Amino acid sequence: MGNAMSARVSRQDPWYVRWTLTSAALIVLILLVVVPVAAVFIQALADGIATYWNNLFNDGDTRHSILLTLAVAPTSVALNLIFGLAAAWAISRFRFTGRTALLTLIDTPFSISPVVAGLLFVLIFGQLGYLGPWLRDQGIHILFSPPGLVIATTFVTLPFIARELIPVMEAIGPDEELAAVSLGASGWQMFWNVTVPNIRWGLLYGIILCNARAMGEFGAVSVVSGHISGQTDTMPLWVEKAFQEFNLPGAFAVASVLTLLAVATLLLKVSIERRARPQLAEAKQMSESAGAE
Amino acid sequence: MSSNTNRRVLPGFRLSLSFTLVYLAVLVVIPLVGCFVKAGSLTWSEFRHAVWTERTRSAYELSFGASLTAAAISVALGLLIAWVLVRYEFPLKRLFDSLVDLPFALPTAVAGLVYSSLYAPNGWLGRFLVPLGIHLAYSRPAIVLVMVFIGFPFVVRAVEPVLESIDAELEEAAAVLGANRWQTFRRVLLPSLLPPLVTGFALSFARALGEYGSVVFVSGNMPMQTEIAPVLIVARLEEFKYAEATAIAVVLLLASFTLLVMINWLEKRSRRWDY
Repeated sequence: MGNAMSARVSRQDPWYVRWTLTSAALIVLILLVVVPVAAVFIQALADGIATYWNNLFNDGDTRHSILLTLAVAPTSVALNLIFGLAAAWAISRFRFTGRTALLTLIDTPFSISPVVAGLLFVLIFGQLGYLGPWLRDQGIHILFSPPGLVIATTFVTLPFIARELIPVMEAIGPDEELAAVSLGASGWQMFWNVTVPNIRWGLLYGIILCNARAMGEFGAVSVVSGHISGQTDTMPLWVEKAFQEFNLPGAFAVASVLTLLAVATLLLKVSIERRARPQLAEAKQMSESAGAE
Repeated sequence: MSSNTNRRVLPGFRLSLSFTLVYLAVLVVIPLVGCFVKAGSLTWSEFRHAVWTERTRSAYELSFGASLTAAAISVALGLLIAWVLVRYEFPLKRLFDSLVDLPFALPTAVAGLVYSSLYAPNGWLGRFLVPLGIHLAYSRPAIVLVMVFIGFPFVVRAVEPVLESIDAELEEAAAVLGANRWQTFRRVLLPSLLPPLVTGFALSFARALGEYGSVVFVSGNMPMQTEIAPVLIVARLEEFKYAEATAIAVVLLLASFTLLVMINWLEKRSRRWDY
């Protein structure tokens, strides 16, 4: 016991070091994160609740930007959800050539600047783009209209759900699914009754992170949107427009909604982490002990 | 071995893999190829004129310089925050721990808006800083500041798990052998922390290099002074100079792919020092 005590002391920093480092770290966090978040709400509510409400809901273009974001983001999340499930199933349950290359490919959107991402689709769908003239003849609008926003957002948020699901499914392992199939379950029965319940926390986690990024996406969407008020301005784009027009109360009102969303995302994330940790730890332990046998 | 069994027993291999491949081809591969083909349609001298003018050079310099500075600052701050969160106890620790993730979740436009208003001459903080000659809005330091905001969480989240997993016995042995805390930190802890610090540096650098949303709000976007490379791409697009925009984009793409390869290489190399 004496040993344990001295060991602990040898890892313990003197009180003044602890005190200095802790205050320095907290000051950094407060200046970088807490003050800006507080400022968003204080500035938004600076002229009272009534003005705040007015800024948010009595302006047609603002209302439209909120609705547009609420339509575009879930569409992108849904597309990437289907992709994430398919990719995670293929990658975590089977071994095939090019598997590592596929993993790298899934990650590429993370390493591409959002502006470049937007540009990629301008080159395809724009007036001077590869498909532009043909699309114009068909009367199909993609660029400067909601489908373009969905495509750009989907590209930028593509890796989120797949990256969350692959390690979770690797950790859980295929045993229960193999059992279900050998007991005569069909593919979809196995998927809905075994796979989905097993990965539900990872799935939820991925959806939440993907949605947060989709609603907040700025660079890629800004390039493909055309900034048409009341038509192709999402919430973040509307914040920029209001800022440029010196309509700061309006900009901060919309920004406060986006900030609330970010805070809600964090709260959900923490609560999922708390619930999922035992489940994931168990899955990991099981796979480790199975590997040791 | 067992995976072969899976392919025979578990359903959906063909369906899931072909869907994955088609999805990636349509959304990622074909657009990227299209971009390179577009850039390839320029002659060499056209390409050079597009990517190598005084204005683009100063944009690259600013983009790389600011991102490197921001990543270095993020490493220092991230290490400090991770150390305090892992090693010390203090009130509201869990709250502060979750706050580290906020920059991941907060839309960049919001970050840009609020930072520009905080540090403007009449802002909450700018009102005290600007008289001292510290301009953290519409300046190069402003760009670095927002890049630190979006970058430091990468470092914290990379360092935390490694710091937690370091064997207490190593530190105890160092102490028993007569090392003081600083020596123990430098000689024993820092070498094991190097791989996550490198990862964190690279991730925050890559993120900063491509960042657009928050920077356009705080930088003022003055050509030759506070104009970063992504802003230049947007400027070229607005002039309908697609080919020139694409040429600059290709430079950025190559930079980020090189970075990606370097990150992998550094991670592998630094892992050798683990034991």
